[in-house]
Amino acid sequence: MSSTLNKVDYVKKDLPPLLKKLAYGLTAVGLVLVILAYLTDHTRSAYNNVILLMFLISIGLGSLFLVAIEYLGGAVWSTPFRRIAEFLAAILLIVPIVAIPIYFNMHELYHWLHHEAVESDPVLKGKAAYLNIKFFTIRVVAFFAVWILFYYLITNNSKKQDTTGDPELTKRNIRLSAIFIPIFAITLTFTAIDWMMSLEAHWFSTMFGVYYFAGIFLGGITSVTFLLVYLNEKGNLVKGLVPDHYYSFGVFMFGFVNFWAYIAFSQYMLIWYANLPEETIWFIHRWEGSWVAVSLAIIFIHFVIPFFVMVSQGSKMNAPKLKFMAIWILIAHYIDLYWIVMPTFSPKGAVFGWIEFGFLVLGLGLVLLVFVLKAKNNNLVPIGDPKLQRGIDFRL
Amino acid sequence: MSEKILYSYSALFDTPDKIIHAAKTVAEKGFKKFDVNTPYPVHGMDKAMKLTKSKIGWVTLVFGLTGTLTAVTMMGWMMAVDYPIVIGGKPYFGLPGFGPIMFELSVLFGAVITVVALLMFFLKLPNNSHPVHDTEYMKNVSSDKYGILIEATDPKFNKNEVEALFQELGAEKILPIYFDEEEISFKPKIFDKKFIGFLVIVAAITSLSVYGTMNKVLYMIPFSWMSEQGKSIPQETSKVFKNGSDMLPPVKGTVARGYLPYRFKGQPDKAAELLVNPLLPTEENLALGKTKFNIYCSPCHGYLADGKSRLNGNFPAPPTLHSNKVRNWTDGRIYHVIMEGQNVMPSYAHQLSEKERWAVINYIRVLQRSFNAKESDLL
Repeated sequence: MSSTLNKVDYVKKDLPPLLKKLAYGLTAVGLVLVILAYLTDHTRSAYNNVILLMFLISIGLGSLFLVAIEYLGGAVWSTPFRRIAEFLAAILLIVPIVAIPIYFNMHELYHWLHHEAVESDPVLKGKAAYLNIKFFTIRVVAFFAVWILFYYLITNNSKKQDTTGDPELTKRNIRLSAIFIPIFAITLTFTAIDWMMSLEAHWFSTMFGVYYFAGIFLGGITSVTFLLVYLNEKGNLVKGLVPDHYYSFGVFMFGFVNFWAYIAFSQYMLIWYANLPEETIWFIHRWEGSWVAVSLAIIFIHFVIPFFVMVSQGSKMNAPKLKFMAIWILIAHYIDLYWIVMPTFSPKGAVFGWIEFGFLVLGLGLVLLVFVLKAKNNNLVPIGDPKLQRGIDFRL
Repeated sequence: MSEKILYSYSALFDTPDKIIHAAKTVAEKGFKKFDVNTPYPVHGMDKAMKLTKSKIGWVTLVFGLTGTLTAVTMMGWMMAVDYPIVIGGKPYFGLPGFGPIMFELSVLFGAVITVVALLMFFLKLPNNSHPVHDTEYMKNVSSDKYGILIEATDPKFNKNEVEALFQELGAEKILPIYFDEEEISFKPKIFDKKFIGFLVIVAAITSLSVYGTMNKVLYMIPFSWMSEQGKSIPQETSKVFKNGSDMLPPVKGTVARGYLPYRFKGQPDKAAELLVNPLLPTEENLALGKTKFNIYCSPCHGYLADGKSRLNGNFPAPPTLHSNKVRNWTDGRIYHVIMEGQNVMPSYAHQLSEKERWAVINYIRVLQRSFNAKESDLL
């Protein structure tokens, strides 16, 4: 029986000090800026808070999804890095806290909360059965609860395996993952609709959930890729990992940049073709004033440049390129969320100031902080996983 | 049969680890012309064999982008230059609408030409023969063994050394592979009569069966709302009535509403004597009469009823209605001419209702009076 642990060359080391400094520093600076932002302009801050919330959900939920598909697909190549995704999934624990300030400013954000507006508007009246504060709260709380529940169930099994090495735990996680993935699909769709699509309560797009899914996957894969390449270079991971291991992460990043473009284009083209006023209005808002520049820039930042940088096989295994592109695409995802949310706040043109910057800094800081705190007392490699040795031996 | 020539020495191994080790060693010994055959792709083999990166990706990139460009050019030409049609108020050169076609053609060109390039340049088609075909070596590596072979043409090849090397690597079996000169230089005769005949027959059967299926068996009329209407057509039997017609003649002795049969058929004198104009020459009636006269009478009789009409010269000239004969006719006599016609003039009973006939007659009287005005008419 393989109850004995893998004989792998792993010694737990302290994380690189730079990472810790960045984690604490960015969080502190971000927190100060965000508090100041709320004191100066709480409406604008609330909009930024929605971006931040969706950004953190992207990374947290995306990471948990990566863990789940690894179990479900029986993937071996990613096993040595699964812990990184598990740690990042812990962001789901702080997501409810990030959502609290939005909750107190919801009246300014969401038009459908204005009773007198809903009463005189047949469209909003028709949507009132779904878009009302009671049902909204129930959904939000339920989704947070389900995510955190699955986070605990899956990662606890994985953690237990470090000491027992019991293959039964892997089987249990496969079953949990199979249950989690459909729930993930449904909850992420309604999360996207609730927080972002309902900002413009009249508008609707049936592709919006998938669009956010592309973002979620990118959020998860880019954070994981950056950290694993960085930590492997610093020697924090198990010995024997080579660029061959990076390859599929590069493929995923490249693939989902394309997937995002595919979905974004499909959403745009269908609305462009049908030309229905209640649908086109959303894109018209993003074509006014300086938003044109942002809209056009996103095509290049989020698709064209990553496509040509990542297209060759070599660049998917090239550590410096991977690290750079991971951060690039992660920031591109933040800009994408900014482009979705902010036109509702300032329809005349794009605004970017220290408030937006502060929330971005806090977002990156929180991601690193959660990772640093989780990595403190846990192994960075699932040393009890029966697939680990095969994962380390993986070659293209 | 010509003499057998040695193509290569090959060795079979049991496990993927052994084949990787063998490939690595062979590559390190400096052999260039060697190949590895495995039942499935073994991870790490590229590096072990020291293979350089395949250049096929460039073919895909170049032809994929060619596909994109073809789509833009094609759609742009068709939609904006050659046959511009406004579709849903979109611009002629509507790039978002071209998107799917650009994507499809990129994939199509990239994929198809990559496969063709692989077949032509990397697999060297149409040469379909290879010395390892139909050998024990091939049978093994395509089921459960991992094989390596070193070609005899390799500059470092030496029968004994290679055999010793394979032995040392732990080969399970060492097999020499021979080939016939004839087999390698064999070229299929493309213009063979039988082969061409076979192609012709296949083409004929395929075309006929496809034609029959698509145009006869499975044919569906794409648009039949005009050719098939739910109405009765002349000369067609109908299911409405038992006798096959869908209309019945009126019951004997009945008269349709608003219609009375003409009582003075062939009796102009009686008509002149007994018919009386029921209409008064009111403005309304005269206007009606003028309209109908201009429509039905004026083409031959002229707008002024003087016989100078636009059809003059094409028909026997119609008489003027200002002659003494007509002026002295009673209204009933004129009515009879409208009903039955006269000489070349056909009956206008179907074109004019009873009231309209009398109105026309009133108008004719007005025209006659205007040509032969009395002194008392001059004011």
